[in-house]
Amino acid sequence: MSAATTVVRVKQKQIAQLIAKGKRLDGRGLNDYREIKIEQGIIERAEGSARVLLGKTEVMVGVKIETGEPFPDTPNEGVLTVNAELVPLASPTFEPGPPDENSIELARVVDRGIRESKAIDLEKLCITPGRKVFVIFVDIYVLNHDGNLIDASALAALAALLNTKMFNYEVENGEIKLKPGYTPLPVRRHPVAITFAKINDKLVVDPWLEEEQVMDARITITTDNDGNICAVQKGGSGYFTSKQIFEAAQIAKEKAAEIRKKLGW
Amino acid sequence: MSQKVEKLIDKRGLRLDGRKPDELRPIKIEVGVLSNADGSAYIEQGKNKILAAVYGPRELHPKHLALPDRMVLRCRYHMAPFSVQERKSPAPSRREIELSKVIREAVEPAVFVEYYPRTAVDIFVEVLQADGSTRCTSITAASLALADAGIPMRDLVAACSAGKVEDMIVLDLMDVEDKVGSADVPLAYMPNLGVITLLQMDGILTIEEFEKTVNLAIEGCKKIYAMQKEALKAKYVSVKEVEE
Repeated sequence: MSAATTVVRVKQKQIAQLIAKGKRLDGRGLNDYREIKIEQGIIERAEGSARVLLGKTEVMVGVKIETGEPFPDTPNEGVLTVNAELVPLASPTFEPGPPDENSIELARVVDRGIRESKAIDLEKLCITPGRKVFVIFVDIYVLNHDGNLIDASALAALAALLNTKMFNYEVENGEIKLKPGYTPLPVRRHPVAITFAKINDKLVVDPWLEEEQVMDARITITTDNDGNICAVQKGGSGYFTSKQIFEAAQIAKEKAAEIRKKLGW
Repeated sequence: MSQKVEKLIDKRGLRLDGRKPDELRPIKIEVGVLSNADGSAYIEQGKNKILAAVYGPRELHPKHLALPDRMVLRCRYHMAPFSVQERKSPAPSRREIELSKVIREAVEPAVFVEYYPRTAVDIFVEVLQADGSTRCTSITAASLALADAGIPMRDLVAACSAGKVEDMIVLDLMDVEDKVGSADVPLAYMPNLGVITLLQMDGILTIEEFEKTVNLAIEGCKKIYAMQKEALKAKYVSVKEVEE
């Protein structure tokens, strides 16, 4: 981290001065999102998959489905599990080893958006109430880190879920018997996360790596198709005023609607 | 926990424990409760019972993690195995790792980290009994423990949750309200500076409801802030009496 941060410290002033003028080092305006490219169904072995490019940030998500036991408090619902790996090849700051707090936070923020918006109809994933349900594993794989991993991962996770096919089955004596053909995973909502960085008291949308390295704090606001907020996460060791947060919520709602429209979600 | 909970808000608009929508649970705070720690605080908020301790500034191990221009602030949020209905494994869960991070990031803006370069300050939070909004109660206690340790700070950090329960925006959610309610917004605030240092949300809220919830949580933080100051003063008044 130290080497990368030192270089950026030199640029810190430049980044802040430009932002004060409403401009950014990579040529974007303060509320401009980077270009999003999505490919789906790229891993044949997975039940669903997607790769998202957000500028140079690259995230792959694979969805695997297994059967397992439901949680005791939700016996009629399938289980959703989101996990994130900050793969060492993606950045000089990523180290091999068990998930650190950054990857856990990333996975939990993406999870919260999908779960709280009720994007997946988990009740349709119940096989035998209280005994057997489908478990959906969403594995986020960060392949190149150029900032804003949360938004890129949330997009990739949803794209992969939308691409997920479940095999047809029937239940005989509590056992699953496969039938020919596939049905799509019941995805009914499209939560989109929008992240802002606060740099010198100004908010910028979709920060790239160098902006993230100089930011005071970040905030992620996830909205659903109706423009309601379904998840929020502040991060970083700085702070926000309530005015900044309400402004961010409004912009997040608009940006998410734009993205959904562009992607046809 | 049974799925069918009785109504969370009764006809008179009161909650299960008899509180009004904008009422905090009873809070008891004590500062300087552990003799080994450099600073400590114990807080009860409803049935939440939480102990926070601060060690440092002290030497950082491993040494290469030390920063030349500031202290390294570390935080560990941990729940006792007996703190919840079903025994919790003492190994740190993913939730606890995330909460450790957000609690650290909630108190860090208050600390003059540049005053103690090359050192570490450790915050240890132990949840002895949990009854909803423990991250907020933990932040309230952690910031008092930091102050008690004599770490220079810009302000105390007070934290409180608000949320939506049966179409009503309510303050300081307890466990049932958090589990059955439709949205939960934990928030930490530095009242003197008027800034938010922790903000999370899960559930579904319209933008208008979200603003209302955030504003209500801020009001709760201000009330807790007054109690924090009382608790800090109480310790030092009693120290003075002992000296005399």
